[in-house]
Amino acid sequence: MKFPDINLNTLKNEGTESVTIKERRNFLKMGLAITGVYAGGKILSLSSTFGVAYASGSDFVEKYPYNPHYSMVIRQSLCIDCEKCVDACNKTNHVPEYGYRTRILTRKYQDQLDKKVEFIPVLCNHCNDAPCVRACPTRATYKDPVTGIVRMESKKCIGCKTCMLACPYDARYFSAERHAIDKCDFCWEERLSKGETQTGCSSACPTGARTFGNLTDPENIVFKLVHQLEESVWVLRPEDGTKPNIFYMKGNMVSVDNILKGQKFTYTDPAKKS
Amino acid sequence: MIGSMVNISKKWGFHGVDALKKSSPGYLMLMGSFALLALAGVAVGLHGMITGYHNVYGVSREVSWGILISAYVFCVVTSTGLCIISSIGHVFGGEAFMPIAKRAVFMSIIFMLGGFCIIFFDIENPFRMAIYNVFSPNLSSNMWWMGTLYGAYLVFMVIEYYFLLEQNHSLSRLMGFFGLVVGIAAHSNLGAVFGMLHGRPFWYGPYLPIYFIFSAAMSGGCAIMFVTTLAWKINPEIMNQRMERAMKAICQVTIFLISTIIFFTIWKIVTGMVSHDKSIVIMSMVTGDYAINFWCFEVFLGMVLPLYLLIRSRGNNFNMIMWATGLMMIGIFFMRYDIVVPGQMVSVYHSMGVEEAIELIKYTPSFHEIMAALFGLSVICFAYFAGEKMLNGHQLEKHEIVPEGGYICPGCGAIHFMEEGETEEEAMKRHHKIW
Ligand code: SF4
Ligand code: SF4
Repeated sequence: MKFPDINLNTLKNEGTESVTIKERRNFLKMGLAITGVYAGGKILSLSSTFGVAYASGSDFVEKYPYNPHYSMVIRQSLCIDCEKCVDACNKTNHVPEYGYRTRILTRKYQDQLDKKVEFIPVLCNHCNDAPCVRACPTRATYKDPVTGIVRMESKKCIGCKTCMLACPYDARYFSAERHAIDKCDFCWEERLSKGETQTGCSSACPTGARTFGNLTDPENIVFKLVHQLEESVWVLRPEDGTKPNIFYMKGNMVSVDNILKGQKFTYTDPAKKS
Repeated sequence: MIGSMVNISKKWGFHGVDALKKSSPGYLMLMGSFALLALAGVAVGLHGMITGYHNVYGVSREVSWGILISAYVFCVVTSTGLCIISSIGHVFGGEAFMPIAKRAVFMSIIFMLGGFCIIFFDIENPFRMAIYNVFSPNLSSNMWWMGTLYGAYLVFMVIEYYFLLEQNHSLSRLMGFFGLVVGIAAHSNLGAVFGMLHGRPFWYGPYLPIYFIFSAAMSGGCAIMFVTTLAWKINPEIMNQRMERAMKAICQVTIFLISTIIFFTIWKIVTGMVSHDKSIVIMSMVTGDYAINFWCFEVFLGMVLPLYLLIRSRGNNFNMIMWATGLMMIGIFFMRYDIVVPGQMVSVYHSMGVEEAIELIKYTPSFHEIMAALFGLSVICFAYFAGEKMLNGHQLEKHEIVPEGGYICPGCGAIHFMEEGETEEEAMKRHHKIW
C-alpha cells in the first residue's frame, strides 16, 4: 500500500486557518461523490466544531453507482487477530482448507511507543473498477448491477486463473469443489440473499473491527464512518485505480463513538495554549 | 477414395507411411521415444486432472501461472516467429527466404498445436472454454482475444499450408498475409495479457507486447535454422544452393534480432533497477534465486553463445548453426520462464510491509507439471520427425515458387529467365558469361 509516509502520532497540526472553504468542499465532494475515497492518509482538520459534518453532503449521495451499495469499513485498531471472522467465513461459505476468502495480515513495528503490532483484515475489495472483471474471458466473474458485489457465475469459469493475477488484493483462489474460482461475495449466496443484513465475518467479529453496510444510506454505520473528517479513511493500493469498496481507518474508539453518536465535540488546537 | 488419396500425395510430395517404413531403426526409435514420452505426459496430465491439479501441481494461489504457461508461451512465440520469418519470403517476396516456407509453416502449425496441448492441462475446465468463449465473450479481456486470435491464426496457417501444398501461390500468399496480421495481433496481445495486469509491476506496461514481437521473430529465426539443419542431418538432400542461401539470409536476420533482444534485456534490467517493486525481481534474476536461469540459460545459452556461434558460422557452417540454435532453443525456453514466473514472486501486499508478504514467493515445478509440459513438447518433436519423412523433407518442387519462364540456376541458386527459344543451359551461360 502506498500512501504518504506520515506518522500520525507526530504529525504537526497545520491549524485550520490555511484550509480554504474550497478545499474543504472538494474534500467533502470527493468523499461523497463516488466510492474509492482516499483521504490521503492524513488528518484534515477543517473546522473547529465537528460532529455531523457529513450532513451537508447529502446532495451527492445518489451518485453512488449501486443501491444498496454494499461496503465494509475496517477499523484496523480494533482487530485483535482472533480470526473468528475467518472461521465464520470458512464455515458459512464452505471454504476448503486449502483456500481462504479473507485473512488477517500482521504488521510489526520496532520503534513505535504505543503499538508493536497491527492487524489488517483483507478480503475482496469489490472494486468498482474491478481488474478481475475486465480480465475474465467469459464474464464468469461480474459486477452485480444492483449491489455492486463482485460475484461468480461458476458454470462459466474456465479456470484460466487470469483473474487471480489481475486482482491486486490476492482475493481469489481456485476451488476444486466448485470447479471455479471462489471469492468473497459479501456472503450474498449464503446470507444476504436470504434476508440477513450482516456478512458472516462482520457478525462474528467480537470487537466491531469489521462493519458492514449500505453506503447509500445516511443512517448506516458505514456511511457515517466514511463520511467524516475526524479520522482519516483510506483504501489499499489506491494507485491501482480499482476504486475499492473496503475502507480502512484506525477506528480510535473515542472519536468513532463521537461520530456514531452524532455528538458534537470541541476541537482544541494544541498549538494554542488556552 | 484410395485412388484420390494417392493422387493428392503425389501432388503434395507426400511420401506417407511408406517413407517411415524405409527409415532407419534408429530414427524410428527416436520417434517412438517421443511418442512414448507424449503418451506418458498425457497419462500423468490426466492423472492430475482427475486427482485435482491443486494436489499435484506446484502452482499456488499467488503463483498461479507456472511452467505450463511458460511452455505454452514458448510454443506460441516460436509459432508466431516461424510465421513472421517465413512471411518475409513468401508473403513479401524476399526471394532468399522462399525455400523455407513450407517447413516453417508446417512447424508453425505444429508448435501452435503443441501449445494448445500444454494449455489443455493448465486450464481447469478446458471444455467450458469452447462454449463460453463463444456464448459469453468479454471483449475487454485480453485472455478472450488470445484464444480467439490464436484460433483464427491457426485456421489461416492451416489454409495457407494447404495452398502451399496445392502450389496455389496467390492464395497461399493471401492467407499468409492474413495469418501474419492475425498472428502479430495475437502475439502482441499475449504480451498484453501480462502487460495489462496493473497489480504486477514487473509485467505492467507496453514493454511486453513489443518485446514479444521481436522476441518471436528471433525465436522464429532460431527455430527455422535448427529444424532445417537437423533436417539436413536426416536427409542431406534437402540442402541445395537455394536453401544454403536461405540459411545465410536467416542467419543474418537472426544475428540482428538477437542483438535487438540483448538491447531490450539490458534496458529492462537498467530501468527495473530504479523502481522499487521491479528491482526486487530484477535483483533476484541478477544475483538471487533466478540467477542461474538468467545468466546461464537466458543470457549465455539464449543470446551470447548463439550470437558468437552464428557470427562464426558465417551462415554456412551448418553443424555450428545446428548447435548454436539447438542450445538457443533451450535458452529461449528459460527466457519465457523468466518472464512468467518471476513476475509473480512479489506478493501484492509486499509494499504494505506485512509479515506475510515479506518473503518472495517461491515456485518449483512439480513432476506432473513437467510431464504435462513435456507432453506438448514431445508432440512437437514427434510431428517434426514424422513430417520430415512423410512429407519428403518439405522439399520444394522446382515450379513451386519460380515464376513462369524462370528457373533456379544450379550455379548460383537465383532465378533466371529464359528468353524465347533458349534452353536453360543457354540462359545460364548468358547470365553468367564473363566478358
Ligand atoms: S479485490 Fe480483486 S477479486 Fe475483488 S473485485 Fe477487486 S480485483 Fe476483483
Ligand atoms: S479463472 Fe474463471 S473467473 Fe477467473 S478469469 Fe478465468 S474464467 Fe474468469
